[in-house]
Amino acid sequence: MSADTIHVRLNGKPREIQPGHTVHSLLESLDLRAGMVVVELNLEILGRDSYAECQVQEGDTIELVHFVGGG
Amino acid sequence: MTQNATATESAHGLDGPLEIGGIEFMSRLIVGTGKYADNEVMMEAIRASGTEMVTVAVRRVDLDRSKEEAILHHLDPDEFFLLANTAGCYSAEDAIRYARLARAAGFNEFVKLEVIGDETTLLPDVHATLEAAKTLSDEGFKVMAYTNDDLITALRLEDAGCVAVMPLASPIGSGLGVVNPYFIREIKRRLEVPVIVDAGVGTASDACVTMEQGVDGVLMNTALAAADDPVRMSHAMRHAIVAGRLAFLAGRMPSREIAVPSSPTTGMLD
Repeated sequence: MSADTIHVRLNGKPREIQPGHTVHSLLESLDLRAGMVVVELNLEILGRDSYAECQVQEGDTIELVHFVGGG
Repeated sequence: MTQNATATESAHGLDGPLEIGGIEFMSRLIVGTGKYADNEVMMEAIRASGTEMVTVAVRRVDLDRSKEEAILHHLDPDEFFLLANTAGCYSAEDAIRYARLARAAGFNEFVKLEVIGDETTLLPDVHATLEAAKTLSDEGFKVMAYTNDDLITALRLEDAGCVAVMPLASPIGSGLGVVNPYFIREIKRRLEVPVIVDAGVGTASDACVTMEQGVDGVLMNTALAAADDPVRMSHAMRHAIVAGRLAFLAGRMPSREIAVPSSPTTGMLD
């Protein structure tokens, strides 16, 4: 493991990201608006008011979901 | 709102509103947002249907951005009541997870609970549906449960706290219409919560026949999205739902396999 990245699982795929990300900054780096997605971190749903404080850690499993067309 | 035929009918005192979980709807048609060729046609079709409630699915964001798939880029949640579904779930646990994610989006407490038991027929797993319905109702969700046309399951779902029970007319996406009108009528007769027929309607006559069974509403998606002209079909469905509803309320004449003249048989010339 190199020191300048951390490894997470993001929407089912392994991904290397910069250390020091909060959920808020991660969404920004992915060009996603916080109001349009729901975040599940290690199987727990995160409230939107905690995105700014919640640090992304090595080994985290993150799911970013939203509404799509369906019946 | 002139687009909404049901609202027009209601204004003339011919039908009342549909109340689900404490919310009143003037339209008895609920539509899905899946499988449309493009979003402009989808929005035009949704508006033509006169619906006030639309279903949406919960899925992972496509981080590769091959296309803009977020439905809320097209659908204004202030214009339509969003009913998130748990489509694609095969266990109570998964359906509960999807419902919680949907609620966290912050629109409402309603969920269209769907737990599939078989990939070929897409028939519901009624045991898992019941289990999820209990858990979600206890958590304060307003559960509208997709189920088969079995009376006992429908009664159990009502007991579990569902705000609406949604038996299928026929399998999802089949367009076969109501295959078992007797059971649909029996479910409607026995339940107190609204009965919405969900899945299987293929064309306007199917929607009309379904409403003539006395149910409170119909939910459809493929019948509109897969029509050659979805917008025109949505207009047809809007009329069909109103027609079937009013025919039910009006009470049909007895059917008999014998002709009865409509004009007087007396007073004929010699």
